[in-house]
Amino acid sequence: MTVNQLSIFLENRAGTLTKVLDLFKEAGILIIASSIADTAQYGLLRIICTDPQRAYHELERSGVAVALSDVFAIELDERPGQIAEIVRGLSEAQIGIVYMYSFFIRGKGLLIIRADKTEEARDVILRSSLRCVPEKELIDWQ
Amino acid sequence: MIWNPNKECMSRDEMSALQGKRLHKIVEYVYHNVPFYRHKLQEMDLTPDDIRTIDDIVKLPFTTKKDLRDNYPFGLQAAPQSEIIRIHASSGTTGNPTIVGYTRKDIGVWSECMARCLTAYGVGREDIFSVSYGYGLFTGGLGAHNGVEMVGASVVPASTGNTEKHAKLIRDLGITGIACTPSYALYLAETMEQMGITKDQIKLRVGAFGAEPWTEKMRDEIQERLGLKGFNLYGLSEIMGPSVSYECQMQHGSHINEDHFYPEIINPVTLEPLPKGQSGELVFTTLTKEGMPVLRYRTRDLCSLMPGDCDCGRTSVRMSPITGRSDDMLIIRGINVFPSQVESVVLSMKEFAPRYLLVVDRINNLDTLEVQVELRQEYFTATFDTPAAIDDLKRRLVDKLRSVLSINAKVQLKAPNAIERSQGKSVRVIDNRKLK
Repeated sequence: MTVNQLSIFLENRAGTLTKVLDLFKEAGILIIASSIADTAQYGLLRIICTDPQRAYHELERSGVAVALSDVFAIELDERPGQIAEIVRGLSEAQIGIVYMYSFFIRGKGLLIIRADKTEEARDVILRSSLRCVPEKELIDWQ
Repeated sequence: MIWNPNKECMSRDEMSALQGKRLHKIVEYVYHNVPFYRHKLQEMDLTPDDIRTIDDIVKLPFTTKKDLRDNYPFGLQAAPQSEIIRIHASSGTTGNPTIVGYTRKDIGVWSECMARCLTAYGVGREDIFSVSYGYGLFTGGLGAHNGVEMVGASVVPASTGNTEKHAKLIRDLGITGIACTPSYALYLAETMEQMGITKDQIKLRVGAFGAEPWTEKMRDEIQERLGLKGFNLYGLSEIMGPSVSYECQMQHGSHINEDHFYPEIINPVTLEPLPKGQSGELVFTTLTKEGMPVLRYRTRDLCSLMPGDCDCGRTSVRMSPITGRSDDMLIIRGINVFPSQVESVVLSMKEFAPRYLLVVDRINNLDTLEVQVELRQEYFTATFDTPAAIDDLKRRLVDKLRSVLSINAKVQLKAPNAIERSQGKSVRVIDNRKLK
């Protein structure tokens, strides 16, 4: 029910992000959603892509500090209140959101959430009106 | 003024005779009380009776920082624990600090030597003197403190930190003398200027500066900005602490308290003694120490012993300013730091690659240390996908470094393989400080 997200450590230096993005380009892997957690010293790039396993190996082979973590990719459509529904459900179940980000285009969107209690969060999402995108669907998710 | 003319102005012949007598006695003492030295002398087929005059010193074995480390903590202590009344600790090259125990007599000799320094600087009973070296395991604070009490001045144990309060006290109490690192003196001057305290509002006239190398240009700047006369104060905890040598009013070389600390200069490679005037590694033998006496301790400081007499009237030999080190030790805010100490910390944390770079700088007259480390790819896992987790890892490294180095280091995390590899010998230190 969860998907693999790539977390990449980036130094705050010109060119570090380009190097990583070029690796995706060369491997022909599409980045579906991304976010950067920025600090004064470094950035943490999080990426949902069409082939996380292959991307992970490509990045690792190039010496990038990259980790795979389990996150929920929840499908969104045009109805308002969907994100609120998920967040309320988690909060009522005393589940913390470690981070989340979303992307939305032409009536279709993805909400990425990492929860501090993955198993419990799974139950909350299953009980909701929303659906998680399984990883195999990401390959042609567009 | 001279604190102890009887010793400081002895004729050279009398001094040599005294040193010879004391050397014989100290060799006999360590032979019977320190197994490490007894074995060394036996291996060289020497007995205390072979050491009769000061010239016999060249027969004796050297002592190194490694010997101190190998015998941690009390292996080189000669006096029984019941006679030790104080223990200081300074940086070791890795892991363990160097432990030095002092007997009551040692503390007395130390105070006497420090009193000689202060008297040469012109400090007396009327002075209010602030000791702004760190008080604690470091010998600077308490070492200088005892000397100030010995000469009878009023000591203000300001220690380090809280510079604004210190500046206020200097003005309000009319403090006339200060002991600190030369870079701290400049930082203090800057703080005073920011606070609007001007030179004519303060009464500072004497500065005892040491624990780190400094230059004539720094001396001019400190003297100009604080309106005092600045004197060199040299020492190291393995030998005693501050007071091993000191400048007089001539400010031309530092007089060594050579009735207690016998100096030699050697070639650091061949270990051959070098004549006066030639530059090499400074070596000291403690002639009177009871707690932890050392024979021919290699300081790793490079300098020369100056030929000729001093116009101040003292006959004791002078050493030139320190020009460098024969090892990779750094002095940061007066504290000795070895790259190997940082290495031991980095190696103890599996999240980091066994590679690091130290970047030393001087910003606003204060030394800064940055430690760059690389994240190790195979340990960068899902646990570290938040800044909170990465910052926590960083904080653990900062804490470990502080406990080993006794100073705060800034940690810069680098991506794997981001620290430049150099051809051949790896560069582990970049020192951007410019000693002008």
